[in-house]
Amino acid sequence: MPVFWLILIVLGLAAVGYIIGRQRALASAGGDSRHLHSLPSYYGSNVSIKVMVPAFFLMIVWLLAQPFVIEGRVSGMIPESEIREGSSASLLMAEVRRASEGLENAVAGGFMTDEEARNARADLSDVTQRLKDAGQVVTNTITQPILKAAQAHRAMVKSSNLYMSIAVIAIAVAGVFWGLAGAKADFRARNVVERSIRWLLVAAASIAILTTIGIVLSLIFNTVEFFRLYPASQFFFNPTWLPSFGGGIDADGNPLSKLGIIPLLWGTLYISLIALAVAVPIGLFAAIFLSEYAGPKTRAIAKPMLEVLAGIPTIVYGLFALLTVGPLLIGVFGDDGLGWMQAGTAVMTAGLVMGIMLIPFVSSLSDDIINAVPQAMRDGSYGLGATKSETIKQVVLPAALPGIVGAILLAASRAIGETMIVVLGAGAAARLSLNPFEAMTTVTAKIVSQLTGDADFASPEALVAFALGMTLFIITLGLNVFALYIVRKYREQYD
Amino acid sequence: MYDVHTHRAETNVDDIKISANDVQVYYGDTHAIKDVSIEIEAKCVTAFIGPSGCGKSTFLRCLNRMNDTIDICRVEGQILLDEEDIYDKRVDPVQLRAKVGMVFQKPNPFPKSIYDNIAYGPRIHGLANSKADLDVIVEKSLRRGAIWDEVKDRLHAPGTGLSGGQQQRLCIARAVATEPEVLLMDEPCSALDPIATAQVEELIDELRQDYSVVIVTHSMQQAARVSQKTAFFHLGNLVEFGETGKIFTNPEDPRTESYITGRIG
Repeated sequence: MPVFWLILIVLGLAAVGYIIGRQRALASAGGDSRHLHSLPSYYGSNVSIKVMVPAFFLMIVWLLAQPFVIEGRVSGMIPESEIREGSSASLLMAEVRRASEGLENAVAGGFMTDEEARNARADLSDVTQRLKDAGQVVTNTITQPILKAAQAHRAMVKSSNLYMSIAVIAIAVAGVFWGLAGAKADFRARNVVERSIRWLLVAAASIAILTTIGIVLSLIFNTVEFFRLYPASQFFFNPTWLPSFGGGIDADGNPLSKLGIIPLLWGTLYISLIALAVAVPIGLFAAIFLSEYAGPKTRAIAKPMLEVLAGIPTIVYGLFALLTVGPLLIGVFGDDGLGWMQAGTAVMTAGLVMGIMLIPFVSSLSDDIINAVPQAMRDGSYGLGATKSETIKQVVLPAALPGIVGAILLAASRAIGETMIVVLGAGAAARLSLNPFEAMTTVTAKIVSQLTGDADFASPEALVAFALGMTLFIITLGLNVFALYIVRKYREQYD
Repeated sequence: MYDVHTHRAETNVDDIKISANDVQVYYGDTHAIKDVSIEIEAKCVTAFIGPSGCGKSTFLRCLNRMNDTIDICRVEGQILLDEEDIYDKRVDPVQLRAKVGMVFQKPNPFPKSIYDNIAYGPRIHGLANSKADLDVIVEKSLRRGAIWDEVKDRLHAPGTGLSGGQQQRLCIARAVATEPEVLLMDEPCSALDPIATAQVEELIDELRQDYSVVIVTHSMQQAARVSQKTAFFHLGNLVEFGETGKIFTNPEDPRTESYITGRIG
């Protein structure tokens, strides 16, 4: 029975349980809901929860455990000789799984009868051909042991699914009775329901936290793996980035690839610096205009317009950099003009466009912070005969400064993590240079190119991506923590 | 309508600091102040009393054009400061506010040091030629604010770190530092405890020697203690204005009597 139907059945039982539970509870109170401990709907929900939670829990655990159990048993059926040179047991297992699914789908599609799929002495080439005809992906001709294993696999999956369906439905039905036992006037249904809701919220929060921990752990393990293959001193202090995709070691035992992070880090910081140099003044002045000078009508139009900038996908900014800003800069600084710039892709191009992307970040956050400065501050200043600009410069901005610094730091961590604009706007050359009109690249852009290449995933040339990612993660984490610290300190001031 | 009993004793015209004639204030469509005419004397404390929402704070804020910062507020009529119309087109509200200082209900020190809080006004108006000058102004103002002894050792500590009463005296000192001619106080003691209130009241009495002080208060005892003249506002009208002693002991208008005896308000 497909899982989809199983889910529908459990939901159906829950719905029926809800209605019955509600009625029973009302009946037990003589039809007067005032004699119930909780509102009637809580009794219904109590039944539904007791139907759904154990049933779905069992289903999830079963579906997670099933592949491990079945594959453990099937792998015993494959002889050692079948594991060929350069292949591994897990690859072979994947082939078995594919063949098993192929058989299942071929039967479901009517290309093969169930008998044929089960036939242990079937003609191999015929089966392979039939599977291919049925549109199933089969890599190479299926060998006898693999076919046998696949058939066993298919049979076990089928029976396992059947057992699971029976068990889940049984538990759901049991849940109905368990829940209905509570459909009495003095049962505290509301407390049960509210406790369940709390657990639901706890589960949601833990999924978010566990995912974060998982991501960080995978970064850490792969980074450790990288440093086992590649010396950390070379990574942090070698000023050259020159990966050789073949990998390998030279005569002195040093790796041929030069994977120094310094030029990438320099590119990241240089581009971010230019981006902030564009975004901070423009964003801040826009925020001051919006919060202090603009009338309500202007503000109602201008603020959403500015925030539209934040909704533009970064790849579109990248196109803008490549097709508009790059050629524009070439016209001024290129060979026809000042002669400083060789190609449209340069630090300046990416920095300018990234700065434009960051304007709404800075302005929107700063605007909120400036608005949070109490009106009493402004009144105090006006009351002493200060003009509007004196008030803003000497009272409002200093009061808002910590918050504005926080906003800038958040924008900075956005800039450091930005990828698409750099890929399209700044070129791909890892270079240590002070000239902003030269092409450079950043950590993020190089992570992309290292992982999308042909390198073996276990080689240092690919694993370096994790070390780069980890470095970046630590830098942005540090910036975010610092920003939050400053923003929080600021908040205490007016409470 | 009711008559407005404005007490015009044998005051010399030279002593009149502010004179308001038929002032009307509108917030959007709401008519907040109706036909108010009043004469405020120099070197005298004038108290505005009345129930909440009667327009006394609104009228106070007209006297230094603080209402200009509220978009929907509209002022009609004539207010003369030293016989000059402050709502004239040629008058710069910024310069006016340097002459007519204001202290607010809630202490609002700037998030700066105590020194910079006081020096703020003198700096923007260029009152000091040198650092030494400024030091003198700061000390003098803090002494006038009756807070010098408490803060002289920590002039560079943040003004927001002081207690509520100290903050309010700091704000008064800050207002005094720009050498205003009139000092407007909008319920300056409503956020303070009785001890701090007593200190501020004593201060107001001392300030009377140099300034004309207008104070809005909800406490009738306070009005009786600190003021020489009292104006009673009710529903946007100036009901009665006269010597404080007379208002509290022998009011002419029945509404004034009801208010001070606690029957309306």
